[in-house]
Amino acid sequence: MSERMDIPGDQPWHVAGREFTSRLLVGTGKYKDLDETSAAIEASGAEIVTFAVRRTNLGQNADEPNLLDAVPPQRYTLLPNTAGCYTAKDAVRTCKLARELLDGHNLVKLEVLGDDNTLYPNVVETLKAAEELVRDGFDVMVYTSDDPIVAKELEKIGCSAVMPLGSLIGSGHGLLNPASLAIILENANVPVLVDAGIGTASDAALAMEMGCAGVLMNSAIAHARQPVLMARAMRKAIEAGREAFLAERMPRRQRAEASSPMAGRINR
Amino acid sequence: MQIQLNGDPRALDGEPTISELIASLGLTGRRIAVEVNEEIVPRSQHAETRLAEGDRVEIVHAIGGG
Repeated sequence: MSERMDIPGDQPWHVAGREFTSRLLVGTGKYKDLDETSAAIEASGAEIVTFAVRRTNLGQNADEPNLLDAVPPQRYTLLPNTAGCYTAKDAVRTCKLARELLDGHNLVKLEVLGDDNTLYPNVVETLKAAEELVRDGFDVMVYTSDDPIVAKELEKIGCSAVMPLGSLIGSGHGLLNPASLAIILENANVPVLVDAGIGTASDAALAMEMGCAGVLMNSAIAHARQPVLMARAMRKAIEAGREAFLAERMPRRQRAEASSPMAGRINR
Repeated sequence: MQIQLNGDPRALDGEPTISELIASLGLTGRRIAVEVNEEIVPRSQHAETRLAEGDRVEIVHAIGGG
């Protein structure tokens, strides 16, 4: 009987002094209802969960169920985002409101958008907001373009994690510029996570195989025909991609190389 | 007096505190955050912070999002 090999598995990862095991971060938007939201998040195994900050409906639905009941802050690390903000000023205000909402919790996802059509990050405003938030004591995980220079500048400002898009938010096109992502990964001293554009499990696995610390997604799960099943698929894809990265893939070859030995063939 | 509440004009009787405004909206005990004239008013100060004519008040909460 052979002894089982002792294979070192994945280690926890860290952002802003916090430790996490799951490398899949999920959003809470676009679900049918809060039951589906919590079932999908549960199946994803995610520990970090994003949400948005919006004006409270006044005078109607006073008993409307609260997102934070479906995703309790005692169980998950909640990551408020600044989605919908188009200026540094609005993004900073939103982060301050979120910090108040969560009793001083200071980890935020910064995203400052450029236009409605692409939801592409406005990096000028993003850089401004990042500086102000870091100065104000926030731990900033920042959504950005796949520009390696901008990613480095955000790291220099003091962002806790840099999160380039794989492709446009909600597009499901996967990683459209892996070469650029590779440069960002090579240069980074903070965790790099792909945020936005993931369509299916192989997209997430590819990001992890390249060495990303994690992947953040929302639509890929919420807009699958079966969100809970897709959440489970994503959990496996992230784990498989991570282990493939740690295992270090075989080199690519121009020619075939037989897996079976040539010696002892019966035809010679 | 009149204030701007979540972007809409709103008439209030007297000069209520933020706690009183929240109570009148049926939001007491809900997980919300309040900003007056673009400055956060911490929950601990809601009871003692009185609103004034023309204040711009935002009351927000958490919703689903990516």
